[in-house]
Amino acid sequence: MSTAPLHLQDHLPALQVVLPLLGAVVAAIVRKGPLAWLVALAVSWSMPFIAFALLYEVMTNGTISYAIGGWAPPAGIEYRIDQVNAFLLVLVSIMAALVMTYAPRSVANEIEPERQGWYYAMFLLCLTGLLGMAITGDAFNVFVFMEVSSLSMYVLIALGRDRRALVAAYQYLVIGTIGATFYVIGVGLLFTMTGTLNLVDIADKLQAVENARPVIAALAFIGVGIGLKLALFPLHLWLPNAYAYAPSTATAFIASTATKVAVYLLLRFVFSVYGVDIAFGDTPAATMVLVLAVLAMVAPSLVAIFQSNVKRMLAYSSVAQMGYIMLGIAMVSQTGLTGGISHLFNHAIIKGCLFLSVGCMVYSTGITRIEQMAGIGRTMPLTMGAFVLAGLGLIGVPGTAGFVSKWFLIMAAVEQGLWLLVAVIVFSSILAVIYVGRIIEIAWFREPVNAAVSPRNPPVEMLAVTWVLALATVYFGFDTRITADIAGQAAELLLAGYR
Amino acid sequence: MNAWPSETLVLLALSLPALGAVGIAIASRIPNLREAVTLTVAAANFVVVMTLLTRVLDGERPAAGGWEVFGGIEIAFLVEPFGMLFACVAATLWIVNSIYSIGYMRANDEPRQTPFYMCFAVAIAAAIGIAFSGNLLTLFLFYEVLTVSTYPLVTHKGTDEAMAKGRIYLLLLMATSMMLLLPAIIWTWVAAGTVSFAPGGILASAGLPVGAVAVLLALYIFGIGKAAVMPVHFWLPAAMVAPTPVSALLHAVAVVKAGVFTVVKVVVYVFGVDFLATSGAGDWLTYVAGFTVVTASVIALRQDNLKKRLAYSTISQLSYVVLATAILTPISIIGAVMHIAAHAVSKITLFFAAGSIYTAAHLTEVSQLDGIGRRMPWTMGAFAIGALSMIGVPPTAGFLSKWFMLSGGMAAENWVAVGVIFVSTSLNASYFLPIVYRAFFRTPPAPATGHEAHGEGPFPVVLALTITAFTTLAMFFFPDIPFALAEALVGQEVTK
Repeated sequence: MSTAPLHLQDHLPALQVVLPLLGAVVAAIVRKGPLAWLVALAVSWSMPFIAFALLYEVMTNGTISYAIGGWAPPAGIEYRIDQVNAFLLVLVSIMAALVMTYAPRSVANEIEPERQGWYYAMFLLCLTGLLGMAITGDAFNVFVFMEVSSLSMYVLIALGRDRRALVAAYQYLVIGTIGATFYVIGVGLLFTMTGTLNLVDIADKLQAVENARPVIAALAFIGVGIGLKLALFPLHLWLPNAYAYAPSTATAFIASTATKVAVYLLLRFVFSVYGVDIAFGDTPAATMVLVLAVLAMVAPSLVAIFQSNVKRMLAYSSVAQMGYIMLGIAMVSQTGLTGGISHLFNHAIIKGCLFLSVGCMVYSTGITRIEQMAGIGRTMPLTMGAFVLAGLGLIGVPGTAGFVSKWFLIMAAVEQGLWLLVAVIVFSSILAVIYVGRIIEIAWFREPVNAAVSPRNPPVEMLAVTWVLALATVYFGFDTRITADIAGQAAELLLAGYR
Repeated sequence: MNAWPSETLVLLALSLPALGAVGIAIASRIPNLREAVTLTVAAANFVVVMTLLTRVLDGERPAAGGWEVFGGIEIAFLVEPFGMLFACVAATLWIVNSIYSIGYMRANDEPRQTPFYMCFAVAIAAAIGIAFSGNLLTLFLFYEVLTVSTYPLVTHKGTDEAMAKGRIYLLLLMATSMMLLLPAIIWTWVAAGTVSFAPGGILASAGLPVGAVAVLLALYIFGIGKAAVMPVHFWLPAAMVAPTPVSALLHAVAVVKAGVFTVVKVVVYVFGVDFLATSGAGDWLTYVAGFTVVTASVIALRQDNLKKRLAYSTISQLSYVVLATAILTPISIIGAVMHIAAHAVSKITLFFAAGSIYTAAHLTEVSQLDGIGRRMPWTMGAFAIGALSMIGVPPTAGFLSKWFMLSGGMAAENWVAVGVIFVSTSLNASYFLPIVYRAFFRTPPAPATGHEAHGEGPFPVVLALTITAFTTLAMFFFPDIPFALAEALVGQEVTK
């Protein structure tokens, strides 16, 4: 370390990851639920400030390169932050702060007292992993954080009160491990060919070995590995059960962040490290992803229509929405990427809101089955009102965030004359009309029965956070400076690659 | 109010009904106060819209908004003559309809009246938003708000039938707008680099081949499902399951007029009349609209349910507007504009009458109406006036618009259009006049089989339908305002 005085703001990149890691340890030590929650809350709320400071720094002074422990890259581990991942850090940390604010009474309601401390510790560990994956510029370091986030996520899912949560967690454990293994095999191949693990350095040295078969094989391994993590259809099998049976707060957090970070990694490898020329020029990757994205937008949407558990329904919708994001990526154009990356953000807000409003319903009534939701809009108008707003966002009604991303995606398809894709995008939104409309119809226009007749009032902090996200859904339908504008800059950066 | 800047008035006209919805929610526990809020807001909104009207007639084109949403596209409002007319129609009839609603909803003891009035107010805000839109994005935004806010009104009764019909309503309107209209708007944006409405159109210089222009026009025409051009009309008969005030103001005026308004607006301000006429890309529209006019009339002829018959009549009358637009001459477009106003006042009268009959006598079928005119002279008198206007008999508003359409068709030598109007007029006569005949000249059924004695509908109901019937007549004698606005739209004076 140098002898210069320690300026805190110089070490923000490290703090972004170290703080939640320390927080996790402290939460595990204090054990008591409420105390652990306070620790988690404090840590979670410090995250957005750091993330915004980093974003601001990136927007004004360009890419940040931070050498961990003072070891200069490429030998040491580098944290490298540009518009693309600064944007993601903001998203993940805001969602963590909001969900943590929402959490205490929902967690107390769903998880046994002696396990609550562990829950918060695991939550922070998961946050550490996700932020680490986003911030690091080192391929192996990515793997480490991937394991940190995955392992903690298995625990979070397994803490769900439904016994099926255990099976869901086990399923995700097996599939997630396969994904991580594939990823690390890919990284190993890259290391063999280039002799480095630093992403920028790999990008640099790949030029010399461009056409070697192992490089393409590495891309395939990494692509499939990350594809499992981001639940790219048909690699999504772990997701519906995991989302359905995890505790409400875990579902909301994981659904709005974990898959998004995986998408980021894919973007980083395909565009920044490999570059458009190798990734899409020498391989049929674009076509393959395009086909999978189209299937993802249609098939899981159809499945969602027939679900009887509202959380599973939303989970299948998530798989479909990942299809939108992948579609934007596969079109490999400025507009398409802008749409895909905006949707990353917009979908996180929308799905977060939907899962949180379901969480309020679960708290008040214990209902998760759709047919039991009859008339619940009349007895819980605030909760279901937020659900309707976010549901409109999911459909992509103008005036909501979902519309903005859809506009860019359709525009990208029109620009390239891909009329069939235009048809698929709009057809998929009609499927969303059906699966969202079905819930709205049952919740608002049927007479309430059983538990829906007299729900207890959901706590004010749970409603408040849900509504913050519901209003954000509308707000980002009109103000796109944070979403589409930054997404556009990120798209430019990605298309340019590291070289 | 005359001192207020026009921008404020535009924003006020948009936000007053929306604020009204909030006020209605707050006053939900005291029905009289809640209804007072509705009426006060409707009246205030009317004053604002009328103030704007005087300014537009003076040649001003008030603008507001201009908030950039993304990539150079704005939420913007521009009040031009045609939008002004639509806003006037919506704002005026909202007051009358509110009076009617109060009478109808209370007399029929309808449940959940607060959400009903709230959704209604939001729907009016959306209609005015559509009227004042300065570009396609803004229009699309309010178009979808209108769909979403009217869906709860259609399913209001909460019965299985209402929900099934509500599904058709929502799915068809959403599917057409999202699958066809949205791609059309984005295609326009990519091709023309703008989505702002401009006199003379924005697509003429975009360099699209004629085939592409025809396809784009088709995306618009069928994407604007609210215009109910066949085959995307199924939602309208389905929407008749709603309470009658909804059918009257929304599914005879606000929603469907928003549809044909958008069609005319797109033809005039996006494609440009001259561009479509010279390129020939819009020729097919005459046939599609003509087919709808005639077919819907034939179907109406076979309906025994009064509201269904009115619904199919509406489908037919809406396509008159599309047909008149498709003739692509200034005179016919004046006819289209006039018909939006004329059909609005006449059809709302007919629906008011249908609701009055339902409230007083609990009758819904045409075949049950023998001799009802003797018990409900005001209701059936108004119905007769509305029916005459539908057929186009002077001295009613419907005559004027038909006159312009016919002269436009003849001037353009579009004999298909002229033929359609003639055939349809006779069809109109044959499905409306028998109702009037039945009501006044047939003997009522014996008291033993019929309902217990009933008289006129509730006072607010009769008051409302008398006002609209009177307006139908008045518009024939004093057509100056709609006429001036229509002339300003086509940008030339046409001697009457």
